[in-house]
Amino acid sequence: MATPTSTTAPVKPPTDAAQEEQTSALQDDGRERAAAKVSVRDLDFFYGRAQALHKISLDVSSQIVMAFIGPSGCGKSTFLRTLNRMNDTIPGTRVEGSVQIDGQDVYAPGTDVVELRRRVGMVFQKSNPFPKSIFDNVAYGLRINKLTSGKSELNDRVEEALTNAALWPEVKDRLKASALSLSGGQQQRLCIARALAVRPEVILMDEPASALDPMATQKIEELIVELKRQFTIIIVTHNMQQAARVSDKTAFFWLGKLVEVNSTERMFTNPNEKLTEDYITGRFG
Amino acid sequence: MQNLQPNIPTPATTHGASARAWNWRRTFAPTGNTGDTVFRLALFGAAFFLMLVVLVMIGAMAVNSLPSLRQFGFGFLTSRVWSPISGDFGALPFIYGTIVSSLLALLISVPLSLGIAIFLVEQAPRGVARPVGFLVELLAAIPSVVYGLWGIFVLAPFLREWIEPFLARWFGWLPLFRGNVTGIGLFTGGIILAIMITPIITAVVRDVLAAVPVSQREAALALGATKWETTRVVLNNGAPGIAGAIILGLGRAIGETMAVTMVIGNRAQISASLFEPAYTIASVLANEFTEATGELYLSALIELGLILFLVTFTVNGAARLLVWSVAHRAGGGAVGRA
Ligand SMILES: Nc1ncnc2c1ncn2[C@@H]1O[C@H](COP(=O)(O)OP(=O)(O)OP(=O)(O)O)[C@@H](O)[C@H]1O
Ligand SMILES: [Mg+2]
Repeated sequence: MATPTSTTAPVKPPTDAAQEEQTSALQDDGRERAAAKVSVRDLDFFYGRAQALHKISLDVSSQIVMAFIGPSGCGKSTFLRTLNRMNDTIPGTRVEGSVQIDGQDVYAPGTDVVELRRRVGMVFQKSNPFPKSIFDNVAYGLRINKLTSGKSELNDRVEEALTNAALWPEVKDRLKASALSLSGGQQQRLCIARALAVRPEVILMDEPASALDPMATQKIEELIVELKRQFTIIIVTHNMQQAARVSDKTAFFWLGKLVEVNSTERMFTNPNEKLTEDYITGRFG
Repeated sequence: MQNLQPNIPTPATTHGASARAWNWRRTFAPTGNTGDTVFRLALFGAAFFLMLVVLVMIGAMAVNSLPSLRQFGFGFLTSRVWSPISGDFGALPFIYGTIVSSLLALLISVPLSLGIAIFLVEQAPRGVARPVGFLVELLAAIPSVVYGLWGIFVLAPFLREWIEPFLARWFGWLPLFRGNVTGIGLFTGGIILAIMITPIITAVVRDVLAAVPVSQREAALALGATKWETTRVVLNNGAPGIAGAIILGLGRAIGETMAVTMVIGNRAQISASLFEPAYTIASVLANEFTEATGELYLSALIELGLILFLVTFTVNGAARLLVWSVAHRAGGGAVGRA
């Protein structure tokens, strides 16, 4: 199953029927593609010869939280990383189809990838602070992108980001301490602060809470709900409750395909697809 | 059955007098197995033997340099005279030659090595990085006498004809570049050393950079870092290891004997000009040891050897420690793809 289909193949395998329906549903919404913050059409992704994503089409509108769920290896991270072209750094990969952010094609030849990645921030599954001070970690993006003029503005932006990431009270007295001296959960929130500092328009989070205790997880979830007012957030999670708690819409991936996108409420009560229901209820074979 | 007993120290053995009853079986064979015990003892023996060799070397050299130590004391390090005939021995010209030639080598080699290593790890496509990396490792393994021969027949004439006259002409206002242009001297010695240590530093820096987790690069890229800014993050991550690589190169340069001896001119003098002949500790040992007559002469040479030994020992120790610290940290960080 899951035979790769070429981009132009008119005949689709049966499993794509649901997707077809969603794509048309998107259009029925009356939402122009350009109106969506992130708009993906017929995206195929290949690691060498292995196809990891099959014909993904998806719209994410502004200022919502979209959750990606699905079993391990189904391509959630891969898809997330196509949105800010992070996969470019892996040799031998190939993308087909289109990704638009604010109506601009991300994979168009003239795209400024550096600028794109500043606008589309990313928080990784494993926290990856730089071996620098807490302050310098958060200030990094501001400094390289020259987003602040003067010391006091820099300080303000760092404080703002740390506050947004619910870390400020814990670190305000030790900003000069090494980021590596923080606990795992604090490091993850530091990475979130670092991503927030440059004020991206879209934030991609790859299982940001997978290594955290319930308290830290809760903080991050509150944070996500809070951040939605300013940013568009896409979050990958293995935790169904988390998806249900924080997201407005949920997308279910399976074997490199997008099976269903729906409002989170609908998704967890009455999904369109049998497969989704089986996965969510844990009856997955 | 006895073998199945876990080797957990009971309170009785960790307290009081019984703690002194050292259980050799436990120390040498946590498994309690006789074969293991023998094996571990053999390994301990080998490690112990190595330490013994080092200690014996230091001891023997210290004892044999006693006459010179007594005669000259600290003055040995500051005296510029090296006269076997009059029996006056001072180490300063050799220390000077060693330091200056090594620093000159570093000055040239460090930027070059960093550039190559960064290119290999961060920029080069795999089809280029592999063969070039292989070449670098090959160059690091060429015997130094071959470099020396090449130095005499190719490098020295080249420097004499092209580089040194140029430097003398345009930078002659610096004392460094005044004097006779012969192609044999401190300058050539430094350059041959630079050529020799570049592959070593490159290879180590490359490994250090490659050990920096992908997640660090991705963190920078995801914040809108350019290729250069990302490279700086990687360099920052690998800084201790890079320092280690440089010190490793320095250690090699200080201890290098054959190639330097062949091109440095071997004259115990201190001159402001890099074009003048000089002498290094390693070279004077190699050249004069066989003809050293008299106890004082010999012990002065041995004292030089002791100095060289201690300096290279320390330098290499520091280098290993630094490189290890990076590899260790990076190893814990693992690779950061989701
Ligand atoms: N760098 C890579 N090279 C080759 N194949 C890869 C690479 N990264 C991922 N893949 C493959 O692509 C598929 C999708 O992987 P991806 O990491 O996107 O899954 P995921 O949904 O994020 O899983 P998880 O929930 O475990 O993080 C998997 O089959 C994986 O083996
Ligand atoms: Mg993943």
